[in-house]
Parts: sequence; C-alpha cells; structure tokens
Amino acid sequence: MAESNYDPGADTLIEIYRRMALIKQNDERFRAAIKSGRLVAPYYSPRGQEAIPAALSVHLTPQDYICTIYRGIHDMLAKGVPSRLIWAEIAGRTTGTCKGKGGPMHVTHPESGVMITTGIVGSSMPIANGLALAAQIRGENRVTIANFGDGASNIGAFHESLNLASVWKLPVIFVCQNNGYAEHTRFDLGTSVAHIADRAAAYGMPGLHVDGNDPVAMWHAAGEAIARARAGQGPSLIEAVTFRFYGHILGDADAYMAKGEKSAAMEKDPVPRLRASLIERGIATEASLAAMEAAIASEVEEAEAFAFASPTPDLSELLRDVYAEELAA
Amino acid sequence: MNASAKTFNTIQAVNRAIDDAMEDDVNVIVLGEDVADAQEGGVMGVTKGLSTKFGASRVRSTPIAEQAIIGAAIGASLVGMRPVAEIMLMNFTTVAMDMIVNHAAKLRFMSGGQTHVPLVIRTMTGTGFGVGGQHSDYLEAWFAHVAGLKVVAPSNPADAYGLMRSCIDCEDPCLFIENMASYWTPGPMPERGTRVPIGKAAVPREGSDVTLIAHSRQVADCLAVAKQVEAEGISAEVIDLRTISPLDNATILASVEKTGRAVIVHEAVKPFGVGAEISARINEALFGKLKAPVQRIGSAFCPVPFAKPLETAFAPNTAQIAAAIHQICR
Repeated sequence: MAESNYDPGADTLIEIYRRMALIKQNDERFRAAIKSGRLVAPYYSPRGQEAIPAALSVHLTPQDYICTIYRGIHDMLAKGVPSRLIWAEIAGRTTGTCKGKGGPMHVTHPESGVMITTGIVGSSMPIANGLALAAQIRGENRVTIANFGDGASNIGAFHESLNLASVWKLPVIFVCQNNGYAEHTRFDLGTSVAHIADRAAAYGMPGLHVDGNDPVAMWHAAGEAIARARAGQGPSLIEAVTFRFYGHILGDADAYMAKGEKSAAMEKDPVPRLRASLIERGIATEASLAAMEAAIASEVEEAEAFAFASPTPDLSELLRDVYAEELAA
Repeated sequence: MNASAKTFNTIQAVNRAIDDAMEDDVNVIVLGEDVADAQEGGVMGVTKGLSTKFGASRVRSTPIAEQAIIGAAIGASLVGMRPVAEIMLMNFTTVAMDMIVNHAAKLRFMSGGQTHVPLVIRTMTGTGFGVGGQHSDYLEAWFAHVAGLKVVAPSNPADAYGLMRSCIDCEDPCLFIENMASYWTPGPMPERGTRVPIGKAAVPREGSDVTLIAHSRQVADCLAVAKQVEAEGISAEVIDLRTISPLDNATILASVEKTGRAVIVHEAVKPFGVGAEISARINEALFGKLKAPVQRIGSAFCPVPFAKPLETAFAPNTAQIAAAIHQICR
C-alpha cells in the first residue's frame, strides 16, 4: 500500500465521487426511461462499475484517448462526454454525439477523447494500440485507455493487442473491468486463470489486480499504469474486479446467477460506500454532497428533456457519412 | 497517358508510390509482416528500402497478427495518420474481418462523421504459384459488399502507382489488391505524383461488337483475346475496371449500350461474384438494348486446388473468353 501522502487528496476524492454519482444518476434515469417505454434502445447498464472509470479518469487530460465498449456510458461520462449528448444519441436524435446514427453501442466524442465505442467484444484493444501508436510516432504525451470486460480477455484480439503493445512499448493501458460474467457465463467457466492480471506476464507487462469497487485502490493502480505509459515505459494491464448490478442487457432474468449473489454485491454498492466514507473522514458534509447530487439530478433531467425535444435524423442522413463524398445509391 | 520512355513493374510502382507519399506527408506510415528492410522489405520486396529511408518508427514489421495490424492502422488513422497496412495475402484478410468490416468501414457513419479512417490495406493474391486453397483466393466481392470500403485492383504498373497515390490521399478505407502473377510485367512509368482516380474505369481498347469487362490480371487476357478475335472480324472493346467499388457504371453502361454485348471476366469464383453485380446493372439499365445475354466467366466454384492441371483448369483462361465471345457474336 502506498504512503498516505500519495493517496488522492480531498479534492480528488470529491471529484471521483462526483463522477460516480453522475454515472449512477444517468444510469438510473436511463433504466427508468426504458422501463417506462419512453426510450427504446438496447441498454447495458454499468451500474456497480462506477468507481473504475471515475478513479481512473481523474488521471487523464482531455487530450488522452479512451476506447470503450457497449457497456460504456460510465467510461464516457467519466471522460467528460456531456450527459445530454449521450442521452440524445441513445434516443437516436440528431443532436446526439453521432447524430443518432451510432446509437448506444457506438457513442463517439473525439472532443472528449472518446475515440470509439465498439459493440464487438475485444475490439477496443487493437484500435487503442493504433491511437497510442500515433501518439508515440508524433512524440505526444498522450495515453490511451482500452476498456473491455472479462469475457474479452478470452478473444484473440486481447492477446494480439497486448503482444503488439508490449513489443512496441505503446503508451496504452488495458483496463479489464471484470464484472464476473461474460454475457451469462460465469467468469471461471470460461477463463483459464483465476486472475486476468496474471495474463500480463505472458506479454511482458505489469498486471495489476485491483478491487475495482475501491476508488482509492483503483486510483493507485490507474495512476501507476498511466505514469508508466507517459514515461515511455510501455503498456500495463489492470484487472479491476467489480460487479454489474443489472445483468448483461437490461431485462436479464439473472437465472444464470447463484441466488443471493447479486443482492450481496449490491449491498457493497461502491457509490454510497464512498459517499459515507467522505462524510466519515470529514472530507465532505452531508449538505455539500446533497447539493452536488441535486446539481447532477438537474443536469440529468435536463439531458433527458433535451434528448426528447430533439428531432430524429432526416432520412437524407441514410447515405451521408458512408464515404467522404456522398455516392449514388 | 503521360508516360516517359521509362518502364517499371508493379512491385516497383507500388514501392515508388508509397515512397513518394511518405516523402510528401509525414503522416504516411507502413505496417505489416516483414515490411521493414531487416526482414527483407516484404515477402515480395514491395516495401524494400522504405524503412532504411524513412526510419523504423514509420515503417514497422509487425507480429503475424492481422487483427492487431489492422486495428493499429485504424486507430492511427482516426487521429490523422495515413497508414498503409500490408496483409500479406488476401486470404489472411479473413483473420482481420472484424477490424475491416465492423470498424474501418463503419466508423465514419457510426460516429456521425466525427471520425474517419484514411487507411490503405495492401494485399496480394492470384493463382499460378501452386500455393493451394488458402493463399490465392480473390475475395474482392466480399469487400465490395460492405458500405464504407473502397476496393481497387490495378492491372498494370502505371495504374498501380496512380491508384496507390489516390488510395493514400483518400479519406476512406481502401483495399488495394495486387496480383502476384503480373507483379513483374513491365509497363510505362508515369511522372511522380500522377494520380489515377478511384471509381474511374479505363478503356484500354475500343471496339464496337462486344465489351469485355475485367480487372486485375484478367485485363491482359481480355486484351489478348480482343486482338485474336479482331482477325475474325469481331471488334471487342475492353474495360479495365481498376476500381471495383465504387463501380464505374457510366463507363460500363456507355460501352455496352454501344456494343449490345458484354463478357465479364474475373479470377474470383463465378457465383455471387463481381460479375453478377455488373451483369445485373447492365440488365437493369439496358435490357431492351442487349443483343445477347450477358456472359460471366469466373473461376470454378471450388477451393483453389494445388495440382498444376487442376489449378490451371480452375482459373479463367483466354480460350474461355474467346468461346464466350463466339457464342454471343455469331
């Protein structure tokens, strides 16, 4: 464990909490909108995984890149994509990040450094290498984060990507958000190792196994890996252990989980845990956090209203953005 | 064609095009298996000299990991690099199909135009070398079927130079198909910087009785047969597609409207091939004006065989082209 003077300071902890609360509130509202029928979209809730991108992203600058996956609004929000743009994209509106043409699985926002969101398991990693390669060739001090799940560590792209990143010492951090299930299959039934972090050794890079629901532990791990990448020492693999509260896709029956597993995980919800700890340690007060949460609530409410007030794309968008120039059908 | 008296072959043409592009733009980089000089500059020597001239940072030999190669090229292209990625053989693109089809082709559209992928994927293929079922397929129809990709297949060194320059300039992902058997065939060398536009076919021979439509290696076969049937009084026009997607409808339809007959030839297997698409377009536009049914010639519908007589029988040949012409020009 690091010395306490290396711990995140009060401001950082509060900022981590703010990002977690922002993710939690957006997610709660997305689920409510979908359940009520106001919003129709495939939705992969990141609820329960908030601490990972919140604690990681405070080490990043807007110039750093991230690649994420279909379960990714936590990563996007933490990196700074405005809630309203994500809402409008998931609602398929022209004001969304991608004009409503990508949808929930393809939110992209280069302005915030969110370079791709992929719906293909494992495919964030090869592309993250390329972003890191460009930074390396140009001598830029940028890092790239490749987010993916535990299931993705069993696909070829993971192994090809870690190998190449290591050979070329790319400034990339592979962040495996191990939520215990690959779709509906329990981690140990599909993975040959107890810890995905152990696979890093095969590719000659550090592998950090960390409690992804502990923001301080996550902050340390991410800080170490990001500093290493910025120093030109190459990639790292972080395995952040967590749990997804709402299944693979919203509407899951959870029949593949052991009874009580989910409720036990939800009792250890990282968001209220950090909240209580901030108050207990005198870092924040109940009133200050309540005010922060109220501000987030209005932001999220406004984001939803903005999305539903926005127009759907004009049909002329169908053949636009296929190529640089619009080709005849 | 604005050509000097100098000649070069397609290996030299592609090499020179990349070399010139790297001189002109620091964002052009080369990735692929064995592409650097320490690994002999590519299995056919197409990238020879580039790493020595431009350095190991911009010209990188990669592990044998096609997803990683194309993924890295895509990621770099998203932020303004212009990678030329080599997938040694066209069959090996199958290992990277997710990267090519789900990502390179679609990121512009799925991001609502915020990002795009100015990437060139070079690959070679073709029968004649006895390399069997996994090293010589023509798969251009697969890629032409994907919105967002451009597919080019030059038939001669000058077009290889000009199309490679255009592909590197292009803001969209381009698949650049090189034919192994015609790598060493010499042709006129165009001036430095010459571009051949993507999406524009050439008409290397004009005629009035029948239109022969081909790309890549089969253009030379069509030109040879056109010369041969001229002695019989048949005037054959030859279209070199140069680009498969986007297809040059205007050139194809203008020619077939004039001749009333068409024979389409490619080395890919015949069913569901590029020939089927071209035939459909001709029929849709010119049904009442055709003097005979459109003819398609492709390879046999089987894996590329190894044994020499089988491999030879597999691929289209000049006798088949002549027979098709005779059948519809009687």
